[in-house]
Amino acid sequence: MSLSVMLTLLLHGMWTSFLIFALTLLFSLPLGLLVALGRMSNNLALRNIMRVYISILRGTPLMLQIFFVYFSPYYIFGISISNTYRFYAVIIAFVLNYAAYFAEIYRSGIESMPVGQYEAAHVLGYSKSQTFIKIILPQVIKRIIPPVTNEVITLIKDTSLAFAISVSEMFTVAKAIAAAQKTMTAFVAAGVFYYIFNFIVAWLMELVEKKLNYYR
Amino acid sequence: MDVLKISRMKKSFDDLEVIKDFSLTVKQGEVVAIIGPSGSGKTTVLRCATLLETMDCGVLEYQGEKAAWTNKDGGIEYAPAGQLKKIKSKFGLVFQNFNLFPHYSVLKNITDAPISVQKRDPVEVGKEANTLLEKMGLTDKANAYPYQLSGGQQQRVSIARALAMNPQILFFDEPTSALDPELTGDILKVIKNLAAEHMTMVIVTHEMNFARDVANRIIFMAGGVIVEEGDAKQLIEKPQNDRTIAFLSGFQR
Repeated sequence: MSLSVMLTLLLHGMWTSFLIFALTLLFSLPLGLLVALGRMSNNLALRNIMRVYISILRGTPLMLQIFFVYFSPYYIFGISISNTYRFYAVIIAFVLNYAAYFAEIYRSGIESMPVGQYEAAHVLGYSKSQTFIKIILPQVIKRIIPPVTNEVITLIKDTSLAFAISVSEMFTVAKAIAAAQKTMTAFVAAGVFYYIFNFIVAWLMELVEKKLNYYR
Repeated sequence: MDVLKISRMKKSFDDLEVIKDFSLTVKQGEVVAIIGPSGSGKTTVLRCATLLETMDCGVLEYQGEKAAWTNKDGGIEYAPAGQLKKIKSKFGLVFQNFNLFPHYSVLKNITDAPISVQKRDPVEVGKEANTLLEKMGLTDKANAYPYQLSGGQQQRVSIARALAMNPQILFFDEPTSALDPELTGDILKVIKNLAAEHMTMVIVTHEMNFARDVANRIIFMAGGVIVEEGDAKQLIEKPQNDRTIAFLSGFQR
């Protein structure tokens, strides 16, 4: 296998890795906020449900969760699993898992807000939703960028877990090539690609952080 | 006309009775200062009056409109949300720690609530905000962010923010306590100017000379009740009650 064929195959796999990454962020960031709000709600039942949700999703391996989401339609409901479901199962498992982590990051950000901000908004007549959307959330986002960056970088590397149910993302492809060609080159190339991916994402997050530095 | 009327207000936090019995009527254009040792309940009175705390019983009304009252069972009842919103627009509060919105520019801090809460015309609000900034001597700071300002400047912005809502009465909760001593003068001057314009104000303060100069009336609170109340000059210079005398002599030392 020529190097250019290998790289093409890997880049193809990387596109799948990128899709897992992007779709996970797209859905888990808003879902995490909802989970965080439920976790802090005045409704005791809702609060406890979210507490248990976060506890389970953070307390069990992501790989196990991927298996669970992938196989449960068949073992629990007797629905036969189609081949395209593999990818969706990965996305569902990643979104549920990352939402739990993001929820706790949101919660720490929201709870770190000084009560004076709420009081000032209250006296000025802002409604509860106006207060949250206009006053609290923008400041929370600035505060949580560093821990979110951490999670996002972990997510890039976690996409390789899709290997467990044979979704052909970059790591799955690299392993197949390595086995077939009896060479380490594919792993090295995959490693370089993961690193570049991470480097770009870290750089983008730094840019966002700088952009939000216009106030303190 | 009475802008604010509080009668027989009580407030406890768990077992601690912070306000035992407090009544106050403030007329249009009147400036009332509330003084007293820490823990006397002064700040809690302001927080109940501005609806940041719920009182346990008593009556709270603005311009004859009841915001809260004691019901037949002796519990407290608040006006429905729509009515409270209307009542809220009658008062403003200036906090000890300013509580400006750090992510908004000075101008936006002042204009956002009138535009998004009171739904007023942005152009007109912007003009008014610029007038207020001029009055506060902060014209050149319109586009600055709060962290770029000194404490005194931040407090002036927060006064402008409260005034932009066109309140009927303005409350001040120790407006100079978080400031360096050399910066308090600026704020006191701003409040004096407002008094000269007949702005109705209730000021909780530790600045005795300022209270004497700016207020028409002073209330001395201790242990959750009004101990002495009267003409500002007279109360500071010739206090009658023993506790008032002890408190004020502590300040002169």
